[in-house]
Amino acid sequence: MLRPGNYNGKLIVVEGIDGSGKSTQIDLLYKWLQTQGKSVYFSEWNSSALVKSTTRLGKKEKMFTPTSFSLLQGTDFADRWENFIMPMLKAGVIVLADRYAFTAFARDVAREVDPDWVRNLYSFATQPDLAFYFRVPLDIAVDRILSARSKLKYYESGMDLGLSDNKITSFRLFQQRIITEYDKMVDEMGFTVIDGTLPVEKQQKIVRQVVKKTLQGWQGLRSPFLPTRRTTRKHIIAPLEGQEGDK
Amino acid sequence: MNEAIFYGAGFPYKPIKELPGKLIVLEGTDGVGRSTQIQLLRRWLEDEGYAVSDTGLRRSPLCQPGLDAAKDGHTLSPLTMSLFYATDFADRLENQIVPALKAGFVVLSDRYFYSIIARDIVRGANPQWARRVYGFALKPNLVIYLRSDVPTLVSRIVHGRGFNYWEAGMDVRCADNLYDSFNVYQSRLIEQFDGMAEEFGFVTVDATCPVQSVFEELRDIIKKHFESE
Repeated sequence: MLRPGNYNGKLIVVEGIDGSGKSTQIDLLYKWLQTQGKSVYFSEWNSSALVKSTTRLGKKEKMFTPTSFSLLQGTDFADRWENFIMPMLKAGVIVLADRYAFTAFARDVAREVDPDWVRNLYSFATQPDLAFYFRVPLDIAVDRILSARSKLKYYESGMDLGLSDNKITSFRLFQQRIITEYDKMVDEMGFTVIDGTLPVEKQQKIVRQVVKKTLQGWQGLRSPFLPTRRTTRKHIIAPLEGQEGDK
Repeated sequence: MNEAIFYGAGFPYKPIKELPGKLIVLEGTDGVGRSTQIQLLRRWLEDEGYAVSDTGLRRSPLCQPGLDAAKDGHTLSPLTMSLFYATDFADRLENQIVPALKAGFVVLSDRYFYSIIARDIVRGANPQWARRVYGFALKPNLVIYLRSDVPTLVSRIVHGRGFNYWEAGMDVRCADNLYDSFNVYQSRLIEQFDGMAEEFGFVTVDATCPVQSVFEELRDIIKKHFESE
């Protein structure tokens, strides 16, 4: 577990290997929460502008070692944590993260960095209120990835590990190692495991149920775009509309 | 040597059996005269027949462009600066320092991670956390701490490269102007180094002395170290 967070908001993260369907699920969750009138913020792994050029350089020139790769992604996460995730949580927002520190714990350890070392690296971050782990058998995930995309990238397929000269073989071996690490974390990190082989809508139904339970009795930051409130306002605040229009 | 010893887990994915070279680190705050001494030491060691590599805390090929841009734009927070520098350090350690040591070089490192964690801690990082981040770092054979006082540093900076935003710790606003901030920031750094001296076994040298006498002292320390092995 990471340190407990005492923020007004709620942090919900999705984890799983490539092709586990987690991004589809978090996207549906995001839209559903928005229509519920919640304030929602979405954050994606490896998306900070701070280290973007360095990441690109390292990938292009294949300069990364497992340690430097881990540290740079930690820098990326720290930047998003400080500038977006944490302030949003303080403001009472539901933050949805497509991958979180657990991705580093799974992938970097699959690259054989020390498990305790990488956990210390991310100890500035807090334990999410919910961490979904989308579990799928390797074959299904690999099929999904290979049918959707023409080319696997070098680091994505774990070619830096030298497991195989064949990209697809390497990808499979690397993903299997990541699955092993995720499975080990289920209890340690309190994952809510979702069967990623179920139909999309069935998974979403379960996800929404779990989220609903977590949000029960919780009042976050109100969204100014709440549909029901908009109607109410028209009725009640109608006489003040002229004033509002001046803003 | 020369068994490789690490502060923590090292690089579990790439075990290093033996490092025939020597890692000698010169530590100390900004403007203490490290680069001058490294030049002098390099010349002397080469005269003695050692192959010398003086890769120090100069930036790594991986991180230099990104770090320079981030520092120019002042978009680094203490935490991201700490981790970005750790990335930079890891790249240099694995791709420059370790290969040179494997090849039997004497590596003269202008600073090591001690400087980075001193800066991190002065900026509010948890000292334990910062130390553990560098669990991959190799233990040097010798760390020499060039100790100075703030008035000497000020004089060197004034007659050298001038005051600078980062060396004055202006990102954490130790004071409302560059000069006062430099004084506060550098004295906090010295405090950190002094604290680390015992913990990490630094050999402390008084860097307020003239260049030549500091050099002679360094030379004697290194000579003695070589003889003891």
